[in-house]
Amino acid sequence: MPSEIIKVKNLSKSFGKLCAVNDITFSVKKGEVFAFLGPNGAGKSTTIKMLTTLLNPTKGEITLNGFSPITNPNEVRKSFGIIFQDPSVDEELTAYENMEIHGVLYNVEKKLMKERIEQLLKIVELWDRKDDFVKKFSGGMKRRLEIARGLLHHPKILFLDEPTIGLDPQTRNHIWDYIKDLNKKEGITIFFTTHYMDEADRVANRIAVIDHGKIVADGTSKQLKAKTKTKTLEDAFIKLTGYTIREEEGTGSTLMRMIHTRQRR
Amino acid sequence: MGTIYILWQRQIKRYLRSKARILGSLGQPILFLLALGFGFGPTFAKAGGGDYLSFLAPGIIAMSIIFTATFSGMEVIWDRQFGFLKETLVAPVSRVKIMLGRTLGGATVAVFQGLIVLLIAMLAGAQVGNWFMIPVAILFMFLIALLFTAVGTAIASVLEDMQGFQLIVNFFIMPLFFLSGALFPLDALPGIITLIVRLNPLSYGVDGIRGALTGTSAIGMPTDFVVLILVTGFFLWVGSYLFSKIQM
Repeated sequence: MPSEIIKVKNLSKSFGKLCAVNDITFSVKKGEVFAFLGPNGAGKSTTIKMLTTLLNPTKGEITLNGFSPITNPNEVRKSFGIIFQDPSVDEELTAYENMEIHGVLYNVEKKLMKERIEQLLKIVELWDRKDDFVKKFSGGMKRRLEIARGLLHHPKILFLDEPTIGLDPQTRNHIWDYIKDLNKKEGITIFFTTHYMDEADRVANRIAVIDHGKIVADGTSKQLKAKTKTKTLEDAFIKLTGYTIREEEGTGSTLMRMIHTRQRR
Repeated sequence: MGTIYILWQRQIKRYLRSKARILGSLGQPILFLLALGFGFGPTFAKAGGGDYLSFLAPGIIAMSIIFTATFSGMEVIWDRQFGFLKETLVAPVSRVKIMLGRTLGGATVAVFQGLIVLLIAMLAGAQVGNWFMIPVAILFMFLIALLFTAVGTAIASVLEDMQGFQLIVNFFIMPLFFLSGALFPLDALPGIITLIVRLNPLSYGVDGIRGALTGTSAIGMPTDFVVLILVTGFFLWVGSYLFSKIQM
């Protein structure tokens, strides 16, 4: 049995009264493609932030590639790469300069870096715009640049927080092909979130569903469908998480309501 | 080394590309230099102080440096809002190096801004006593630039947004500038002002630059140097500590 590269035990994170992540336990095996699904505000991004050393947990343990993000953040940072959900490129620089900074920060060897930058910018169709300032790019182009940059170095674990949001099916396919290839050839573990259920169904080996800060299901797509007696992953997801629409960041009163409904459960 | 260099370079590129910022941040120093320099010049000369413009120039150079430097340090807040900060914070390099790269870049930009002010002051008629002392002046400029970029970074590491910026300018930068001997000689001041001036690290920077450019220093350049090295070192440490504790 392959070893577990991410281990999370009784992990919680509270912001004041609101408990964003509530006592979750799960693990991801080395080389696995793991989908972390959940409605808006379920706790996905907060969990990823804790795994990637950006946020300290309130309670619980995390081990990533054998190291703890709290006591050994530098070793953990050496183990992963991440494509963030929200923008993180420098708009005052060109596309190429953004790639270059990333390559230097991740210590990618110079010749390899040049080759990969060209290859990746061609995949996301930005090679002919490489010397343009990012502030001139459209939303989709910026997103493509983020993805290309995140794939520049080849870490042990790659986090993708809704990587393909707002992209057309062609680009999504190209990008997933590249990621699957990385997973196969280099054994990179993939940890991703998405709202496209078909995407999760197609690429993930295993899926965990999180809702209201708790993990409500964990298994292969087949298992989740069998468990909920549904035909598609989307139906399974809705059955697991309910029909109500979620507030991602609400006002005080919606937070109160969320806390209230959670206490009633 | 690569990390520090690439982040230093980023600050320089961003600076050189925003012409509006370069020009905009020159407005205030030029106004101070010309209005005060020519306005108080005759009175200063009558009181036996000599050429006020030459006396004032180091103070205004220091002023433009602390503004640019503090602002450069506080760019951490912009980077937090625009997202680029995350990219550097998850990178597998120590956050101290990231802080140092940014701070050195910000300080370099501030020194450059100070040199432009020096040039303008010389065009306006300020005298430089000894040309060979210009590198020493640049050294002092660099020290206060580093100090205030580090302070700006430290402040930005604990602030969430730019809302507090005006507060910092009015209650921190302005008082430090006015109470540093940038505008007036340090001898024969009332006791309480002397005390405040002596507690203000910027006074040593202004005095050092003035000593190098005009040949007369009130405190003594070796003292200026030692005090600045210690204070700057301390704030670099505080800044990198707070920076390394940032959570998103």
